[in-house]
Amino acid sequence: MSIKIVVLAKQVPDTRNVGPEAMTPEGTINRSALPAVYNPEDLNALEMALRVKEQMPGATITVVTMGPPRAEEIIREAIYRGADNGFVLSDRRFAGADTLATSYAISCAVKKLGHVDLVFGGRQAIDGDTAQVGPQVAEKMDIPQITYAEELLDVNEKSIRIKRRIASGTEVVEAPLPVLVTVCGSAPRPRFRHAHLVLKNRHLEVPVWTADDVNPEFDRLGLSGSPTKVKNVDSVVLTQKDNIRVENTQESLNDLISNLVTNHIIG
Amino acid sequence: MNYYSDNESLKFYLQHPDIEKIAILRENNFEEAGQYPDAPANVAEAVEGYQQAMDLIGEITGEVIAPNAALVDAEGPRVENGRVVYASGTQQNHETLTQSGLYGIKQRRKYHGLNMPGTVTTMAGEIVARADVGFATIWMLQDCADTIEDFASEAIKDKYLPRIYQGATCSMDLTEPDAGSDLQSVRLKATFDEAANCWRLNGVKRFITNGDADIHLVLARSEEGTTDGRGLSYFVYDRNDGGLTVRRIEHKMGIIGSPTAELVFTNAPCQLVGERRLGLIKYTMSLMNGARLGVGAQAVGLCEAACREAVDYAAAREQFGKTIDQMIPVQDILHTMRAKTDAVRSLLYETARQVDLANCYDRLSKVRPLTGEERQAMKAHLRNADCLTPITKLMASEYSNQCAYDCIQIHGGSGFMKEYTCERLYRDARILSIYEGTSQLQVVAATKGISNGSYLKRIADYDAMPVTAELEPLRDVLRQMTADYQVMHDKLTADGAGEPFEHNVRGLAESLAYIIMGYLLLQDTCRDNRFLDSCRRIIRLGRAEMAKHQCEIDCTM
Repeated sequence: MSIKIVVLAKQVPDTRNVGPEAMTPEGTINRSALPAVYNPEDLNALEMALRVKEQMPGATITVVTMGPPRAEEIIREAIYRGADNGFVLSDRRFAGADTLATSYAISCAVKKLGHVDLVFGGRQAIDGDTAQVGPQVAEKMDIPQITYAEELLDVNEKSIRIKRRIASGTEVVEAPLPVLVTVCGSAPRPRFRHAHLVLKNRHLEVPVWTADDVNPEFDRLGLSGSPTKVKNVDSVVLTQKDNIRVENTQESLNDLISNLVTNHIIG
Repeated sequence: MNYYSDNESLKFYLQHPDIEKIAILRENNFEEAGQYPDAPANVAEAVEGYQQAMDLIGEITGEVIAPNAALVDAEGPRVENGRVVYASGTQQNHETLTQSGLYGIKQRRKYHGLNMPGTVTTMAGEIVARADVGFATIWMLQDCADTIEDFASEAIKDKYLPRIYQGATCSMDLTEPDAGSDLQSVRLKATFDEAANCWRLNGVKRFITNGDADIHLVLARSEEGTTDGRGLSYFVYDRNDGGLTVRRIEHKMGIIGSPTAELVFTNAPCQLVGERRLGLIKYTMSLMNGARLGVGAQAVGLCEAACREAVDYAAAREQFGKTIDQMIPVQDILHTMRAKTDAVRSLLYETARQVDLANCYDRLSKVRPLTGEERQAMKAHLRNADCLTPITKLMASEYSNQCAYDCIQIHGGSGFMKEYTCERLYRDARILSIYEGTSQLQVVAATKGISNGSYLKRIADYDAMPVTAELEPLRDVLRQMTADYQVMHDKLTADGAGEPFEHNVRGLAESLAYIIMGYLLLQDTCRDNRFLDSCRRIIRLGRAEMAKHQCEIDCTM
């Protein structure tokens, strides 16, 4: 029996390389100045899925993304790295979705694929940083979830064993399939495209699914399905307030580290 | 960071008009479309494929190879239990390129290759070398596949070529303690073992780049009693078959990540490549020509790296209340570095295109008889390739050393410290004018073209190409330089090619190189005006250098 894997992905503005034109004078994001990229932790998720595939011959990987039609670029990118297929959920009726409406739309799409053994997604996207969509999809599909996954330890047709990152270190957990796994950036580095797959898929056409294709309750999609309302967006400029002088002694350095950990700056 | 997409010049040379012709010939009119899912069906798809491959190599170079370069240089390879262990960064570079299907990229599709033309793989070499020349030497040795593909039996091809795609590394084992530039003196012995029905190698090879490779091409003496090149044959040796020990690796000044090994063969089983006695005369010469172009690519990559390091430093370093790139003496150095880099790059890709076209016709001739016109074209491209290859290696490797020197000069005292990349570039550049034939041997190789008029024929071709009215004065200068060259040449050969000719032949070769680089940049400027400054500077520099050579000739004769 070959297992079926779904990988969730999002195309995001590249907030890691922010230039001076990244913000409009009004303080909102100038999307045209930021290139659209594959959300970094979604690439870690794809990598983990590809490693499962390598261990389980016959496994298939389907990549699902929701966004404007140009989000097909990341489906293409995933196929160049070894995914089998994918599609874009794209429809005006999905627009304006918060994490609740997004996870609803995605869960409808995944359910439409029939039985799925494993769902992988990045921990969070660099544009929203909510880390909510993956867990919400798991809830809506009524399957267990493993979050903050860092390393694939073992997988078979019945279960998966994962090392996950927690505040004080790591822990190893095991879950029966089907399961949803969200993967963090400290997981193995994603592989690059494969030259043959790039050339082989030069005529690839990425299917676009509309709302009608996933049999949803339409009032749970887009703006109407989104209870989150953004009241205001502020541009926060961090400024230096004061200096702390740290003596070059073991004790002072220990104090500094413990301060940084307490304030969640590191750790 | 992407080392392809951040360099407009590379994109420019992938759009050269000859690329279309090369793609059609290389793909034999796209006969494999439909047969292999990755084969292109037309020129546009082929060229797009070249760009995509370069983009991928550029990305891996920027994201993996470049960040590893300093650590690889510091760690270096080591020998453990008679085997070479690469530096950890080298291993990561190798694994990443293998995982992305980037070994054997020039090979035919039936051996899992991408069938990329040499011009494109030369560019790949430049991209990788810009980050790490040492690693580029390891990776570019995949070109050993060319020799296997061109000359070995089908059984050998089937055995070895698919392994290169899977990441098997290669080496070409030519030099020995007493046979460096003089390969006719090779002594490593090959004897036929009747009982095992294979050849066996016994002896020592020295200074072997990537010497513990998986697949070795070995030049060995198969004809007992002979002492010259006609007793040498070529063999392919599989590292898995035993009989080879790495005695030591050299402690080098530069390209430290690339292990240079001393090898001891003891009854090592191997197979003959092609025919006996043609090892040096035919196969090594073919391999060396490719390798020289490869070193040209490494040198251009290093020039580019030096230019960028220098420009970035000069833009950031403030002295006397302003950044030093605003000072005229610094600007002069930076502009000259850029001009030299642009000039040797233009020469590199012109040579690569000529080699490609000659090879494409050669490949075609093995499938069907060539027409008369095609035979003529092949002959002309071969002649161009033969005369352009040595001056490319000569000028690119010498310029890479000059650019590395100037890069340190721009950095001032800081450049003399280990903290800056420029000191690694300086050390890495030094081998480029030595290995795969010293600069002096490149001049020897150019002598034939000087004597038989091949260079002047090619220059006449360039001169016949139209230029815009704005560039005509520069073309006139090049015409004058060609006339001056002719005077120098005639003076040196008036009484036969004697000692004065030998003393000054390097000056002749360099003068030709300046004239050719000038014409090439002139053509590039017609297509893209941003080469104008480099074009002017290289012609100016060429005139000054030629005046120096003229003066030397006048003073010594």
